[in-house]
Amino acid sequence: MSVFEGFRFRRVSSPIHRLDPRVKFLYVCVMFVIAVMFNKLLPLILLFFVQMPFVWMAGVQREWIRSMRGALMFALIIFLFNFVFTYFYTEYPQLPSMTLIEYSLSMTLRFIVLVESFSVFFLTTSPDHLGLALEQSRVPYEFCFAFTTAVRFVPVLAEEAQTIMDAQKARGLELERGSFMKRVRNYIPILIPLIVSAIRRSLELAEAMESRAWGASEKRTNLYVLKTKRPDYALAFVSVLMLILAVYALYFLPIPSLTTLLPF
Amino acid sequence: MGSPHKEIIKVRNLWFTYPNGVQALRGINLDIKEGEFLAIMGQNGAGKTTLVKHFNGLLKPTRGEVLVDGVSIREVSVASLARKVGFVFQNPDHQLFCETVEEEVAFALRNFGFKEDAIKRRVTWALNLLGLTQYRQTSPFMLSGGERKRVALASVLAWNPKVVILDEPAIGQDYQQKEKLRQFIVQLNAQGKTVIIVTHDVEFVAECNPRVVLMTQGKMVADGEAKKLLTNYDLVAEASIVPPQITQIFLGLKDLGLPTDLIDVYEARRVLLNSLEASS
Repeated sequence: MSVFEGFRFRRVSSPIHRLDPRVKFLYVCVMFVIAVMFNKLLPLILLFFVQMPFVWMAGVQREWIRSMRGALMFALIIFLFNFVFTYFYTEYPQLPSMTLIEYSLSMTLRFIVLVESFSVFFLTTSPDHLGLALEQSRVPYEFCFAFTTAVRFVPVLAEEAQTIMDAQKARGLELERGSFMKRVRNYIPILIPLIVSAIRRSLELAEAMESRAWGASEKRTNLYVLKTKRPDYALAFVSVLMLILAVYALYFLPIPSLTTLLPF
Repeated sequence: MGSPHKEIIKVRNLWFTYPNGVQALRGINLDIKEGEFLAIMGQNGAGKTTLVKHFNGLLKPTRGEVLVDGVSIREVSVASLARKVGFVFQNPDHQLFCETVEEEVAFALRNFGFKEDAIKRRVTWALNLLGLTQYRQTSPFMLSGGERKRVALASVLAWNPKVVILDEPAIGQDYQQKEKLRQFIVQLNAQGKTVIIVTHDVEFVAECNPRVVLMTQGKMVADGEAKKLLTNYDLVAEASIVPPQITQIFLGLKDLGLPTDLIDVYEARRVLLNSLEASS
């Protein structure tokens, strides 16, 4: 669960929290694209450290570290998979080369960089702002509403799942018993009531919304309007600049691999 | 049925704090005897459900001790406690998942490892007990709210637990169903089963006259006969409930020299008739 803890928003104020979520999303997208562009270790290490100031400015170090720790397990799996499979397909009879290790490490770091930027984004953007950002990016309101409602109902569903688990345990259900297949099947008595009640809840919500004239007016106005301010323009500028630099570096700069730099 | 005075559930200085830091129970001491009929009352968030969730081990004490049939609940699994203590949840939709009512009632019996022929016998018995025999092959999702509640109850009674806990049995049912359910619970208790109900429905409790435990903010504020507790205005106010309507009428007629400790409709009628006869 620690992985999800690392993405949970907490209401605090910081320069990063106050940024326009749309611009922050642009920044995350740029990070994503750059991380996917390179498969060398050096630029990815750079990318990892470039994001550190954001974490510090937002004051979410503790949560961020938790998300990193949560990602560690997955990172390990990614490293092993890359290493083992590439090794057996390419270099098998010989010993694994440094290039292969570097390649596996950079694949892992790419994943960590992605988790890092998404974690910063979700840690500093409230679900309400996220909905607003979608809406004011001209995404149809129906989709925005569905999205924010889904986010809002996650804790409700979690609580309901707990109640259902208690009810079935009270009828002698033991979740942690039996073979693997048996354990999977143990979850059927939990999942069916949960799904049924989620559907029921959504139908009720739909009726309640319609009785409050949902969708009556074509053009909706917002109480809170997102304004793009100077720091937002600055971040947008930096993001685009980074992208241009990255593209330039990819095509015109010879990126040294760490193995050639280090004296092995 | 064991000796009528044996304690089936013992609660010793029970404290419970939820992981989010909410202190739900603060030093509860309570003994429940075999064959007793107990109603735990109090406003929302008083800790009623938290308390009874200890009786079948769904929650474990933060501090203190809960003994069920002489065994500490810390040491045993929910499944083995559930065999003795049946728990009927407030909302039947939180547990119904099978394709037929029959399967639903058999679910717990399968979990407890009953043999196929015993399961069949017990399912028939439980369905008959709650008047659900004609729905044996029906999907529980096709039934009405009251019927679903009865299926949930049947699915617990099927394994014949020593203690039955009902969380808010009166909620979401029309008056007639409620009355039927009340009679059923009283009958169950008369047959020697220990019955614990958690509710804030005063009228429902008033008509059964069980032993009542009043709770506020995680503490027990009173323990005694329904007739004594529910007619004590200050006490019920402390637990944020109102006395039964019958009691309210008699409190209003206090100046006429009528008794004020009445909660039962039939007794009230008798008292009124007597006083009318005396005055005429």
